[in-house]
Amino acid sequence: MGMTLAEVIIARHAGRPVAAGEFVEVSVDFVLANDITAPLAIRAFRELGAERVFDPGRVALVLDHFTPCKDVRSAEQCRVVREFARSQGIPHLFGEGRGGIEHVLLPERGLVLPGEIVVGGDSHTCTYGALGAFATGMGSTDIGYAMATGRAWLRVPGTIRVELSGELPHWVTGKDLVLHLIGKVGTSGANWCAFEFGGNVGALPLDDRFTVANMAVEAGATAGLFPPDDEALGYLRNRASRGFEPVYPDPDADYAEVIEVDLGKLRPLVARPHSPASVVPVEELEGIPVDQVVIGGCTNGRWRDLLLAAEVLLGRKVHPGVRCIVIPGSQELHLRAVREGLAEAFLAAGAVLSTPTCGPCLGGHMGVLAAGERCVSTTNRNFRGRMGHPDSEVYLANPAVAAASAVLGRIASPEEL
Amino acid sequence: MIIEGRALVVGDDVDTDAIIPARYLVTTNPAELGRHCLEGLDPGFPGRIRPGDILMAGTNFGCGSSREHAVLALRGAGVACVVAKSFARIFFRNATNLGFPLVECPGLGKVGEGHHLAVDLGKGLVRDLTSGRVFEAIPLPDFILGVLDAGGLIPWAKRREYGA
Ligand code: SF4
Repeated sequence: MGMTLAEVIIARHAGRPVAAGEFVEVSVDFVLANDITAPLAIRAFRELGAERVFDPGRVALVLDHFTPCKDVRSAEQCRVVREFARSQGIPHLFGEGRGGIEHVLLPERGLVLPGEIVVGGDSHTCTYGALGAFATGMGSTDIGYAMATGRAWLRVPGTIRVELSGELPHWVTGKDLVLHLIGKVGTSGANWCAFEFGGNVGALPLDDRFTVANMAVEAGATAGLFPPDDEALGYLRNRASRGFEPVYPDPDADYAEVIEVDLGKLRPLVARPHSPASVVPVEELEGIPVDQVVIGGCTNGRWRDLLLAAEVLLGRKVHPGVRCIVIPGSQELHLRAVREGLAEAFLAAGAVLSTPTCGPCLGGHMGVLAAGERCVSTTNRNFRGRMGHPDSEVYLANPAVAAASAVLGRIASPEEL
Repeated sequence: MIIEGRALVVGDDVDTDAIIPARYLVTTNPAELGRHCLEGLDPGFPGRIRPGDILMAGTNFGCGSSREHAVLALRGAGVACVVAKSFARIFFRNATNLGFPLVECPGLGKVGEGHHLAVDLGKGLVRDLTSGRVFEAIPLPDFILGVLDAGGLIPWAKRREYGA
């Protein structure tokens, strides 16, 4: 029996063939942590008695969650991380003005590559599966251990193959594909499994694949993997920070399950509070008033997302009852939004345009919700209290739906405009 | 090892934002995190936890973010172990890596709040001493047992990497 994409990559890093369900130790190609998870990882690293990271060029520390620092305590955490990076000679330390949200930033800098194993102290590390990397989120102790040794333990995931066909209709995006999948399998339906996408992968723009891979963890998945095609390899041509070898699944791979999705049949979807699996077509929710709209995050803060939002907001005004907060995922994207006129479209519409930060996505800062408030967000989680007060509500949607809702002051499809 | 304690009951899909809301992630101190344990589920929850309590949960406990602070908050609040129908992957890793016991019982039936429990980690049995019912846990794989036995990933690795 052949191996799935996840198995092929893990086998190469374990130095032997592997099968789903096994526990293996693997070498890792890249390790990351952020301002919340790095301080604990550094503590674990020290408890281990380690002195040097396994390879300073293969570690990234991204200050993105509470930055620009929202208070003294978050500033202290960032200081700990900066000092560690300096003392270890880690070049990839990213912060205000020269960084972005980790999962938008690292692919952009060519630091995570096809065929590699990437472990990150952040559950959405699975985002890099869009490039064909086996990338997965772990906790800080795992990351401290990986920084010290260049290794990690894994349970080889079973694989759910998602066979794509058809073309995306206008206003339908990768967000709708992944919401559809999470709605279908549930929030734990892919626990200890990987998603592997195949078939008409080219119908999904690369930016959309990042969105899909990003939310694989919302179904409990260890990873969400796309075979790297010409678009993915072209994206990396001038970005890749080192050599890499793309790998692909064996034709006779053994899948736990196969799900077929006709992209042409997808509609804009929304996940209702308080679960990313509580998915319904946007039409079912039209008319529900909203107080805030967030467009950005590691799920939908990329160029195509900003373009879709701008397409809706250009020449229109944000509804007087709504705060609309737009957050490009990286400094590079923020600059491009300024250069190419998107920034003006957002500001003229009455939106807030923020420097890259996780901010409101996790109820950190830059748009925390009060009791009873309702938000449409392009981020990935709508758990109770995720963006603020436990009695606030978050609806997850694609950037076009979010922008249309900002204009109309209620949950709305862009087709209404 | 047998853990005895009082049952604290929660439902399905208790996520890491419920266990420890992100606004408290400006510290890594277990005692401080413990004072807000499960506050995201119910602001009154931390006041209900007594040291030594056993948390009884449904499916997918600990889903969501990778924050190890969730395990630290439970430990800081004095929760002795968590019994659930299933655990989310990263939470399971984190608890294992920190040597915090989890018991996975897919067939877990209803257990009343405050029932007296005895959890036999070695045999994988959860006894509800109040009702007399017994639930069977999924046995842990050898690799996980080895890490737990060492007291977590760091002591496990120290033993192996550095011969300590
Ligand atoms: S944007 Fe949200 S989901 Fe993404 S890394 Fe930041 S906090 Fe996590």
